[in-house]
Amino acid sequence: MSELSGLEIRQLRVSFDGFTAVDGVDLDVRPGDLRFLIGPNGAGKTTLVDAVTGLVRATGSVRFGEEELLGRSVHRIARSGIGRTFQTATVFEELTVLQNLDIAAGAGRSMWTMLRRRKDVPEPVAEALETVGLTELADSLAGTLAHGQKQWLEIGMLLVQDVRLLLLDEPVAGMSHDERQATGELLQRISEERTVVVIEHDMDFMRSFARSVSVLHAGKVLSEGTVAEVQADPKVQEVYLGHAANASAAEDVSDTAVVQEA
Amino acid sequence: MNLLKGRSARAAAGFAAAAVVLFAVAPLMLSDFRLGLLAKYLCTAMVAVGICLAWGRGGLLTLGQGVFFGLGGYAMAMHLKIADAGPGNLPDFMQLYGTATELPWWWQPFANPLFAIAATVLLPMTVAALLGLFIFRRRVKGAYFAILSQALAAAFAIWLIGQQATTGGTNGLTDIQGFFGYSLDDPVNQRMVYFVIAAVLLLLIALARQLIQSRYGELLVAVRDSEERVRFLGYDPANVKLVAYVVAAGMAGLAGALFVPAVGIISPALIGIVPSIEFVIGAAVGGRASLAGAVLGAVAVAWAKTTLSEEFPAAWTYFQGLLFIVALAFLPGGLASLAVYVRRRGAPKAPEQKAPVVPVGEAA
Repeated sequence: MSELSGLEIRQLRVSFDGFTAVDGVDLDVRPGDLRFLIGPNGAGKTTLVDAVTGLVRATGSVRFGEEELLGRSVHRIARSGIGRTFQTATVFEELTVLQNLDIAAGAGRSMWTMLRRRKDVPEPVAEALETVGLTELADSLAGTLAHGQKQWLEIGMLLVQDVRLLLLDEPVAGMSHDERQATGELLQRISEERTVVVIEHDMDFMRSFARSVSVLHAGKVLSEGTVAEVQADPKVQEVYLGHAANASAAEDVSDTAVVQEA
Repeated sequence: MNLLKGRSARAAAGFAAAAVVLFAVAPLMLSDFRLGLLAKYLCTAMVAVGICLAWGRGGLLTLGQGVFFGLGGYAMAMHLKIADAGPGNLPDFMQLYGTATELPWWWQPFANPLFAIAATVLLPMTVAALLGLFIFRRRVKGAYFAILSQALAAAFAIWLIGQQATTGGTNGLTDIQGFFGYSLDDPVNQRMVYFVIAAVLLLLIALARQLIQSRYGELLVAVRDSEERVRFLGYDPANVKLVAYVVAAGMAGLAGALFVPAVGIISPALIGIVPSIEFVIGAAVGGRASLAGAVLGAVAVAWAKTTLSEEFPAAWTYFQGLLFIVALAFLPGGLASLAVYVRRRGAPKAPEQKAPVVPVGEAA
């Protein structure tokens, strides 16, 4: 694997029909960081990831290592070492776990290799199966996996794809406590060799595993730092308190937990 | 791994059985007339092999395969007409309708047999590559792709009809007498044509099977099921689809080329909207994702068309439409999915479904 690189976002702006979802974001993720992006619904977290991966048009600058990403097509950005997952796990349901991983490993394959049958399990695929704990299920159709297993398969796909930046959109949503714990530990291990950015609503999970945190609010970066620093930031408290005061939705309770502990 | 070998063995057995039926049983059992009809059905099956790849595996509803079938057919028929006329003479229909005293410039290269044979495959593939680049790069998909394909089939047929003097118009290129020096009136030579067609069909099936089983085949299914996701893995799905589309076009072109000596005619009515849909119906009924299903379905539907339309000419069209709708609505995997279902039921305690690598069966 090539050396670690960091992500450097400058004045990123994304608008849809006059609505500005991301409004001049500056963000630095240093190489090998495990960065959590948090913020209320509609803060622009997913849109930010969409912009970095080329799914939506954006202005400003996104650099990973030495390379400018904005303006490139999705598959070219993927080839420069950036991978992502989605809120709902998207795996190829009618292919087996092994086939899913093999495809993810293969973007650089030659025509000749593509036209032949897969004879054995490639080394990186076997490693990834081991890492995400799906070796037993290698020959099962991905569509038959449990929700958490699909998320792990997706992470495994990013590993064999050999991305240097992982952008994960709510990877532990819907997981049991044990699964969350396992996923968190997996992410910590992964971030020793790669840069990881995680969008998450689960504050307990964030507190347990984040190395650094950025809080997004209304398309802007509100605060940035370690978990403790962010929790102590009065601006963050204000946003979350105000948010909680105006809404009684159950999910806000977990958001306010940030403040209560601070 | 045992399972993989089991599947290969089953495929080899199916392949051998098909060869025995095509090369021994059918020629012995069928009259010359019926064998000629079978040759025609097998040409339809070649188109279905391509449709299995492009639609069944790649999700591209190719409702315009008539275009490629026609390009191959006309390329072959043009050569055979020139050869029939003999050196220095014009093909018969040009003498009747045309004012021209020499071959149009775009007919001339087809006087060369090698050029004509190469063109039957390469011309459809080139056209498909250009169309595909345009269509897939612009991310046209689903129903829009199907409608576009169909419009092309209509446009091509209408264009041919308009060019009476150089393409024979509505009549097409008819009354083809010889096939590379062999008279097609001779039943022995007709039989030879049948054998060539049967051999080519088996070859195309083997080629398609290799593609489906390869890594490319797995990637194609991935593109069919989640194109966006494939893009995030660093592939350009447009190229993946393009390969399947171009290969399917080449197969349809070859089918059209071999249809000409088998039937003795190629005309706009054989390549327009209706035949283009008929190509798809066979594959849909048999099972679009399964090679065996698509091929057998194509032969069965073509056979049913001949038999039933002899008896009930008016009712056939309705029956055919109904067949298509019923297959798509109630049995999207076609009859082949029934075979898989029966097999699963038959082997109740297969340990944990040690998964078939492809979802819809290789019922070979």
